Amino acid sequence: MTSSLLFNTTTFAYLISMLLFFVFLASRNKAVGVAAMAAAYGGLLLQTIAIALRWKESYDIGVGHAPLSNLYESVVFFSWTIVLIYALLDIKYKYRVIGAFVMPFALLGMAWAQLGLNNGIEPLVPALQSNWLLYHVVTCFLGYAAFAVACGISIMYLIKAGHDEGGQTSGESSIMGMFPPIRVLDDLNYRAIMVGFPLLTIGIITGAAWANYAWGTYWSWDPKETWSLIVWFVYAAFLHARFTRGWVGKRAAWLSIIGFCATIFCYLGVNLFLSGLHSYGGGK
Amino acid sequence: MTTKQRGFLLSLWDLFCSLKLTMFVFISLALFSIIGTIIPQGTLPPEYLAQLSPAKLKLYRSLGLFDMYHSWWFILLLYLLTVNLVACSIKRLPHIWKIITCPRTVLDTGLEQSLTGVVSFSNPEEPEKIKERIAAILGVEFANPVVTEAEGAWHLFAQKNPWCRLSVYCVHLSVIIIFIGAIIGSLFGYKGSVNILEGESVSSVMSRSEEQIDLGFSVLCEKFSIAYYSTGAPREFKSILTVLENGKPVPNYEHVRVIVNDPLSYKGITFYQSSYGKTGNYHFTVSSLDGKGTVPLLVNSDSSVTLPDGSSMHVVEATEDISPYAQGLSGPAVQVEVHSPNGASEQFVVYANYPELNIQHAREHNGGAVIQYKGAELRMYTGLQVAKDPGVWIVWLGCFLMVIGVYAAFFMSHRRIWIRVKNGTVTVGGNASKNQASFLLFLDGLVDKLKTDLTKEKK
Repeated sequence: MTSSLLFNTTTFAYLISMLLFFVFLASRNKAVGVAAMAAAYGGLLLQTIAIALRWKESYDIGVGHAPLSNLYESVVFFSWTIVLIYALLDIKYKYRVIGAFVMPFALLGMAWAQLGLNNGIEPLVPALQSNWLLYHVVTCFLGYAAFAVACGISIMYLIKAGHDEGGQTSGESSIMGMFPPIRVLDDLNYRAIMVGFPLLTIGIITGAAWANYAWGTYWSWDPKETWSLIVWFVYAAFLHARFTRGWVGKRAAWLSIIGFCATIFCYLGVNLFLSGLHSYGGGK
Repeated sequence: MTTKQRGFLLSLWDLFCSLKLTMFVFISLALFSIIGTIIPQGTLPPEYLAQLSPAKLKLYRSLGLFDMYHSWWFILLLYLLTVNLVACSIKRLPHIWKIITCPRTVLDTGLEQSLTGVVSFSNPEEPEKIKERIAAILGVEFANPVVTEAEGAWHLFAQKNPWCRLSVYCVHLSVIIIFIGAIIGSLFGYKGSVNILEGESVSSVMSRSEEQIDLGFSVLCEKFSIAYYSTGAPREFKSILTVLENGKPVPNYEHVRVIVNDPLSYKGITFYQSSYGKTGNYHFTVSSLDGKGTVPLLVNSDSSVTLPDGSSMHVVEATEDISPYAQGLSGPAVQVEVHSPNGASEQFVVYANYPELNIQHAREHNGGAVIQYKGAELRMYTGLQVAKDPGVWIVWLGCFLMVIGVYAAFFMSHRRIWIRVKNGTVTVGGNASKNQASFLLFLDGLVDKLKTDLTKEKK
């Protein structure tokens, strides 16, 4: 059994899960919903084992390090955190159908990693040989994943709100009947960001602490640092607007989507289009 | 002060307290920050500057776009953010402070009307007796209450986490503390770099603003080495450093291993492994094609020499063994670059073990001078980043406060419960600063418990 095989199985499980969620939306058959969720949980479990196995495999070939060191490993980890955050949301709030809008992000990540990225285990370059790698990457990606879930929920909100405005009441008969009420979606959007924002804050701070420890500067306006701050500003604006000006609903949903676009640019765009200190995260 | 002036100041104050300004500053900071991630920052290579049109160059320079995060308008935005959050805090803090320190302990009609989900139930017993029971239950289930008698009724008030109402101000304060730390760092600290040859020591470093800074002590580089993985990728860059005071090694600062991610700190100054290189002299001989007139030639790694024909030569790269780069060859070799007086330039390899190849090269190139490589005396040097930042602990304090504040702001809630016992009726109300819905569920459970426990007592 290799981690590579398990990652492929995970990708397949997420594909099945996403398709079942779509069938669930269309058919409104509860059993299909349960099956979709089971596939997602199964995939999450497989992926957890696969990540642990890859970690072990890196020690077996003598270059032991946490599997968070290049673009392939980070995309796989991002995918894992998205499903993890979704699973926690499902356990707490039980709005299963959100999976139809969250699983595609996880599947996209896994499919890209498995098909398009170099999955070789490489030794750690000197710059990454630090425990800070684990703290920094884990907190950042948990934050990113919460923002991904918030973005999926916001897309649902906009679809549902647009549909409601269109005059059709979201009766039991339509697909829209499957969606949680827009007030609930708005609240879940906020709750996901409420989890993501502190994690991003800690992620930026651990990054600064590591930079200070390794280079002697906690902040050097490197493109990655700057973009993480841009993301932080967008969500800080979201929270201030919500708390004190009552920006809820559509405007909040759009801010959440813009925030996630900035997050994705911070994660991928900076590595692929701009140069800077995080070059080891770039594609090969 | 005239009315007009006062009006102006008031509206300025309102502007600084406004959330519109906050949103404006956040969005401006986010948008303008993008510029600096696209336009290269700092000291730029002349090739980059040459490709910009003069008009563009002038525009970028005048707006400070090559160092935009330190430009006057970006700093101004940060000042605006600071003024804004200080003003907002000054405006709102007194009210919040009053809620925390002087809570309303009496459930009067006004308060009752402002609360949602107030529940009343009857209990015929003496208020003096059951108020004790309720206080005990409240103490177990929630928090110990304050009991007051007013207008012929007993009032119980209990609260949890009142201080979490300050969390937002804690976050605001943390931002200011981080700024203070950053300012202290830039006023009393510096960033620099230094190259130290193996076996030599330095007592000053070059700051980023190209100033020579005296360390007050010396740092000796005993050795620099690189270790590789079996794949050929570098595994470790390592300098062995010793700190010297008046030429003598300082105890505990001798033979310190400095690698990437593991620096050396002494007297508040920290040395980080950052680069490395070789420096020294390369030895050549130059002769004419027929082998006559051989003269030695010494080339320093940092400079170039003039050849007999007037062209200049410098060493680009050197290796102890050419075999990985050229099949069938071995031994030392250097890559040199030669600039002819007519402006032409070429790069070629000069070998130590293959004089015939060097002659062949000379023959193929207009019968020029024959250059033979005779070896080199090279020394490794280590490149260190040097930083002194007395403000960094203030920054960490700010970061710590920010994390605590953000956590409390999102996940802690100031919850209050009021209970009034009057004329055989018990009235329960409460509110929470966050997640009111789940608090009302808790309140329902509490009311149920009060009802059953109070009737049990009666039997």
